[in-house]
Amino acid sequence: MATRQTASLARLMRAPAIVLLLIWMLVPLGMTLYYSFLNYNLLNPTNTSWAGWFNYQYFYTDPAFWESIWNTLVLTLGVLFITVAGGILIAMLIDKPIFGQGIVRILVISPFFVMPPVAALIWKNMIMHPSYGVFADIAKFFGAAPIDWFAQFPLFSIIVIVAWQWLPFATLILLTSLQSLDGEQMEAAEMDGAPALSRFIYLTLPHMARAITVVILIQTIFLLGVYAEILVTTNGGPGFASTNLTYLIYRAARLNFDIGGAAAGGIIAVVLANIVAIFLMRAVGKNLD
Amino acid sequence: MARAVSRNQKIGWTIAAWIVALVIFFPILYAIITSLKTEQEAIAGFNLIPSFTFESYQAVQSQNDYFKPFMNSVILSVGSTILALIVAIPAAWAMAFSPTKRTKDILMWMLSTKMMPAVAVLVPIYLIFLRTGLMDTRIGLTILLMLINLPIVVWMLYTYFREIPGEILEAARMDGATLRDEIVHILTPMAVPGIASTLLLNVILAWNEAFWTIQLTTTNAAPLSAFIASFSSPQGLFWAKLSAASTMAIAPILILGWFSQKQLVRGLTFGAVK
Amino acid sequence: MGQITLEGVAKRFGEVEVIPPLDLTIEDGEFVVFVGPSGCGKSTLLRLIAGLEDVSDGRILIDGTDATDASPARRGLAMVFQSYALYPHMSVRKNIAFPMKMAGLPQDEQSRRIEAAAKALNLTDYLDRRPGQLSGGQRQRVAIGRAIVREPSAFLFDEPLSNLDAALRVGMRLEISELHNRLKTTMIYVTHDQVEAMTMADKIVVLQAGRIEQVGSPLDLYNRPRNAFVAGFIGSPRMNLFSGAVAAEYGAETVGVRPEHISVSAEGGKWKGRIGVSEHLGSDTFLYVEETGLAETITVRSDGEVSLRHGDTVWLTPNEDKIHRFDRNGDRIA
Ligand SMILES: Nc1ncnc2c1ncn2[C@@H]1O[C@H](COP(=O)(O)OP(=O)(O)O)[C@@H](O)[C@H]1O
Ligand SMILES: [Mg+2]
Repeated sequence: MATRQTASLARLMRAPAIVLLLIWMLVPLGMTLYYSFLNYNLLNPTNTSWAGWFNYQYFYTDPAFWESIWNTLVLTLGVLFITVAGGILIAMLIDKPIFGQGIVRILVISPFFVMPPVAALIWKNMIMHPSYGVFADIAKFFGAAPIDWFAQFPLFSIIVIVAWQWLPFATLILLTSLQSLDGEQMEAAEMDGAPALSRFIYLTLPHMARAITVVILIQTIFLLGVYAEILVTTNGGPGFASTNLTYLIYRAARLNFDIGGAAAGGIIAVVLANIVAIFLMRAVGKNLD
Repeated sequence: MARAVSRNQKIGWTIAAWIVALVIFFPILYAIITSLKTEQEAIAGFNLIPSFTFESYQAVQSQNDYFKPFMNSVILSVGSTILALIVAIPAAWAMAFSPTKRTKDILMWMLSTKMMPAVAVLVPIYLIFLRTGLMDTRIGLTILLMLINLPIVVWMLYTYFREIPGEILEAARMDGATLRDEIVHILTPMAVPGIASTLLLNVILAWNEAFWTIQLTTTNAAPLSAFIASFSSPQGLFWAKLSAASTMAIAPILILGWFSQKQLVRGLTFGAVK
Repeated sequence: MGQITLEGVAKRFGEVEVIPPLDLTIEDGEFVVFVGPSGCGKSTLLRLIAGLEDVSDGRILIDGTDATDASPARRGLAMVFQSYALYPHMSVRKNIAFPMKMAGLPQDEQSRRIEAAAKALNLTDYLDRRPGQLSGGQRQRVAIGRAIVREPSAFLFDEPLSNLDAALRVGMRLEISELHNRLKTTMIYVTHDQVEAMTMADKIVVLQAGRIEQVGSPLDLYNRPRNAFVAGFIGSPRMNLFSGAVAAEYGAETVGVRPEHISVSAEGGKWKGRIGVSEHLGSDTFLYVEETGLAETITVRSDGEVSLRHGDTVWLTPNEDKIHRFDRNGDRIA
């Protein structure tokens, strides 16, 4: 494979993808970095000036920033917990000998293919709506007062929606991993008299460890960027109660036209994402060769 | 040494699994049911039996011109995926069959671009689109979605290509095949299943993309994701109509998704879980 | 025509020199076998000739013209890979047709050659199958068919039989030899199996760590191994090698004597020992003689009727004319 001729052809073949991605990465990021040091508002674009660290300071001292960081954390960890724990349980359930396994799989995987705005709107109007939702119908059936989920528990409601979207992903990957578990090893442990719980703790969980890591890391990347679900349900409110970092930056850029501020927020988001990314790269990189 | 599971046990697990599956699927099911109701029925309390009217579907089309965002979704998702494949197939060929010391680093770097939060580049992309007239155009969004999914496309193809023995390509080379022959007659046909699942997964991802489509479109190029998001500020009763629009937006991709479950795992974990 | 000349050809992968500069000429029509232990660079050498790897130094001439920088396709050579490397998505017919399609041969000529190759290789009934539906031996034949139809100036085989079971291997060995007798085209055949080398080759090239240890006909190598490595590598069972007092007796650092050149007797002889394991093959008996004080075991080849058994004390006598002597560097003395 390795003649000079093929090597130089290969260089040519690789180039477009690399160049495109290089541009895609460097140009916008460079611009964001540049804008983050400017006083630049689209409502008053002529009044642009050098801002130094002001935008960062502004973000850093804004209580909404800390609230949004907290919300991002709660949202991410909450969804991770629900999807991983739920995913393990459901994967183990589906892995049992059951009738109609194929259809069960299809039903369980389906929410993953629902685009975020649709998922959010279905939950907002059909399930969690205080007067017409299914939850309200259930509450009424038991004679309780319906809950206005998005007003009273905005962040929790969003966690529920996002978890519903990602539960299938976790389940599917954990199921794939579970199915590669060595049946003979399990049977040997059973013959040795290991009870079900210790079989789970000492055999199943370690076997799934890698898949669980992958689920956590990949979901984290997407969960840090949750946007449409917030947009169509709570709009980040009430106040900033359901605003995550992504939504806060969107607000600064698109609703307040504060280019400099949004850019500074963007750079902060990059730093946070990179911390997560480093862990992901390690885990995935190990599998390369 | 497969152990015979007693029939009762199997029935027990089956009931439990089906209950869980139906609960998870319920919101989708209920949206489909509601889409077949009249607006009055839709808000008249819990009811699983609709009157099977298609009036909401007709209303969505006539009042909101549903067909346009639907076509936009098709064009954006298929277009961006095909563009990505055109760039990625040669790149994946090179990395799989003519690796250098840096190939692994390049692949990891490509993956890392995928981890850049979209919101971090919202400002510059938004301004670029505004100033170059790409705002609310299909071409602008197609290119953007192509760039977003390019790393995944390269990665997926790379993992599929690596399963093809290099000796077969060498045999073709001995048989007088040029690079073009090699890619057209040998590599691509052998990788068809892999290329197809890559295509499928990326159409799904592009179809469901809901950050950039909402940021960068208004009416002209708005695909279904942006179109549906605009329903978040409704006037009047619209439950059945919303359900109809939602059902139509997710049905095609749901069906594609069911076919690509296996590849989904592999694609979304960059081959880390197979 | 198919004369191939290597002049100072060397190959390095990064810092590692896999093949130090070597010279070799393969004459037109010869059946040349590269033999050597696994990892000694046989495949690499073959791939250099094929053009699948660039040489680090030196020149490759094919029929007198410099082909060092020519692409694999333009060298006019055909290769049969160890994994067969058939195109799994094409029928047998299309597999065989592929090189002709690439060469732009007319359709009727393609069909004619496919029919001829299929007939010669017993593939006529399988032309419309996919490689996945064939047995190992049939796949091997398809790979050979794909090589034949190109009418190459030389065939390159890289351990083509190593994925087949023992019985098939013998059959295919004969088929390839017959093919060579019929086509009279140059063949370069790589194997780590010295039996294949001995039975098939006009000329054997023994390689070790990328170096050519000896080039010669099978009998040359058998009768006059140039050094202790070749002596030990060629011949089955392996030659017995002794150092120390016995060797000194013959004025050498190491002496070797093949199992078939030692006679065994219960009454008397030169070396005394006790039989460890005896293997009765019917035609021959291999005796592994221990406690001789010369070497751990001495292998002796005796006739099939020998009645000696485990534990018996025996006397061994080497055929003095068949003793090979090697000096301190392992090179043959005289
Ligand atoms: N592409 C390569 N890069 C680095 N080393 C290689 C490469 N190909 C072969 N080698 C090394 O060259 C030596 C000879 O390999 P090879 O020619 O395949 O041996 P053989 O075919 O005799 O078993 C081996 O040590 C192998 O590790
Ligand atoms: Mg080899």
